[in-house]
Amino acid sequence: MKAANAIQVKNLTKTFGEFTAVNNISFHVGKGEVFGFLGANGAGKTTAMKMLIGILKPTSGKAQVANYDITSHANDVKKNIGYMSQRFSLYNDLTIKENITFFGGIYGLKKATIKTKTQALINDLGLHDEANKLVGSLPLGWKQKVAFSVSLLHDPQIIFLDEPTGGVDPITRRQFWEMIYREAHKGKTIFVTTHYMDEAEYCDRVSIMVEGKIEALDSPKNLKTQYKVDSMNQVFLKLARNIE
Amino acid sequence: MNIIRYIIQKEFRQIFRNKAMLPIIFMMPLIQLIILSNAATFEIKNIKFGYIDNDKTPYSRELVEKFNASTYFNVLSDYPSAKMAKSAMLNGDVDVILEIPQYFDRNLVREKKTDLSVTINAIDGAAAGVENVYVTQIIQQFNKNVQVDLMLYDTVNDRPQTIETIPLFWYNETLNYKTFMVPGILVLLVTMITLFLSGMNVVREKEIGTLEQINVTPIKKFQFIIGKLFPFLVLGLVLLTVGLIIAKLLFNVPIIGSIFLMYGYTVVYILVILGIGLFISNYTDTQQQAMFIAWFFMVIFILMSGLFTPIESMPQWAQLLTEFNPIKYFVQVMRMVMLKGAGFTDILPQLAKTLLYAVAMNGLAVMSYKKFT
Ligand SMILES: Nc1ncnc2c1ncn2[C@@H]1O[C@H](COP(=O)(O)OP(=O)(O)OP(=O)(O)O)[C@@H](O)[C@H]1O
Ligand SMILES: [Mg+2]
Repeated sequence: MKAANAIQVKNLTKTFGEFTAVNNISFHVGKGEVFGFLGANGAGKTTAMKMLIGILKPTSGKAQVANYDITSHANDVKKNIGYMSQRFSLYNDLTIKENITFFGGIYGLKKATIKTKTQALINDLGLHDEANKLVGSLPLGWKQKVAFSVSLLHDPQIIFLDEPTGGVDPITRRQFWEMIYREAHKGKTIFVTTHYMDEAEYCDRVSIMVEGKIEALDSPKNLKTQYKVDSMNQVFLKLARNIE
Repeated sequence: MNIIRYIIQKEFRQIFRNKAMLPIIFMMPLIQLIILSNAATFEIKNIKFGYIDNDKTPYSRELVEKFNASTYFNVLSDYPSAKMAKSAMLNGDVDVILEIPQYFDRNLVREKKTDLSVTINAIDGAAAGVENVYVTQIIQQFNKNVQVDLMLYDTVNDRPQTIETIPLFWYNETLNYKTFMVPGILVLLVTMITLFLSGMNVVREKEIGTLEQINVTPIKKFQFIIGKLFPFLVLGLVLLTVGLIIAKLLFNVPIIGSIFLMYGYTVVYILVILGIGLFISNYTDTQQQAMFIAWFFMVIFILMSGLFTPIESMPQWAQLLTEFNPIKYFVQVMRMVMLKGAGFTDILPQLAKTLLYAVAMNGLAVMSYKKFT
């Protein structure tokens, strides 16, 4: 395993009883890469991601994230990653500022750091008027942006985003990808799932998961050439159809 | 340590922000305290009392006269035979039958020992328990008189056990049941609120997905658990304080023992309850499930606490089970300290058991909380 990789996965499998949600997947993600993790509903994307972030134990196989083994060194993995769940997971009954304070606090940030980070975050997102409003009262797009920023508070090397743009409008999606790119330019590794094929085009490389297995993995350009189509959408449909 | 502080801060923010819960947390228990303490009185008046006097001596008549003088008893009739008395009880004409044996007086004097047979209609168990107390109390008082008389004849200085008395469960000198009930009901309220809040808390974060977000942070289990426990511990103590103030001002319940001791014990006790709550939280996926399980334990704990039914009258296996009932210990300690002024060494057995329980439950809570499943 090369140390230069941010994520290294080998034969990772997760079964729930008889059902195999993630079936023997292997891949790697290079440092600073924007890696798209695609797949239809129920393909096993979230399950795979939960194993990589150290909250779900693999049934078999190995994986290293930030050079730490995900089972034996889950806590070291956690220090080095940021995670934005598919389900919105900030506290709706706390304000933006209070959410930042809490999550910054439990990551062990110093009080002064939390203060400057809060200010920077509010400036970046232009949320001066909303900073003291309950998160629950914000529109979904804003909530997602705040959640993304909160997952970056402790300056992680690798960021896991599970459908960060699910259900938001095209403009917000655009802004969201600008934020993702800004982080990528800082050298951070992005591991992102999405259902929007236009977003897949923004990624350096994508994998397409079908029923627990990775069926294709390459840059969007190569995949289009390989399947002789001119959009990722068609690549996706072709793969999904072949399986059926 | 700082991490714990941030969790505590967040919990308090959420508690005080929840405008629907706050009144429930504080008003509901206090209303319950006021209503229950007034309603849960065990005073029973006009108990239909019958007797069979097989002795027919001044002593036996004096005993009957004691019952006649009591406001609780309505002395109805002198039955000629036990059989007739029993059939009267079957008809519901009489609640309590006292049978004074032949040679009652003579045995007392000669053998310093005699049996009195008391039959209580036990259709209503709780009422029977109370009637039992009244009867026992009157007989005990009578018993003392006899002893005094005897002492004149007999100079042997061992205290004669003259009448076999039934164990006394509800003894309360003034027979003021409010005084007796208030500390117990206060216990229930502190328990209910802290159990339900802690039981709901973690599972709620599971439901809304924030627990997952906490689990991807490098936070340690003990930090999380302590951060979660502390706010509810404080809440429980605030409830106790408000309850004690009401007990004192509204019900004039004496607080004889050390307040410090009471709070010290309560801290340990609440830790037990919070441990149980977190444990429930860890094993359930929805607030609804957690609520059902919390209620299950709550009902068993309350019914077997000795607050409404005396533990001594339970079957042996049930008495054994009550050893695992934290509410039992809290009720005992509150009554002992508040009403009797018990000190540290008096409550040491209860304190030790509660402490052991707290360690066990919180150990289980930490163990069953899995960041990594
Ligand atoms: N804890 C679990 N127990 C049993 N089955 C599970 C569990 N978690 C996930 N699954 C199943 O595993 C499969 C993959 O789920 P997963 O959430 O990983 O899919 P996904 O690719 O993220 O889908 P989506 O795009 O809808 O988010 C699904 O069929 C799901 O029902
Ligand atoms: Mg998913």
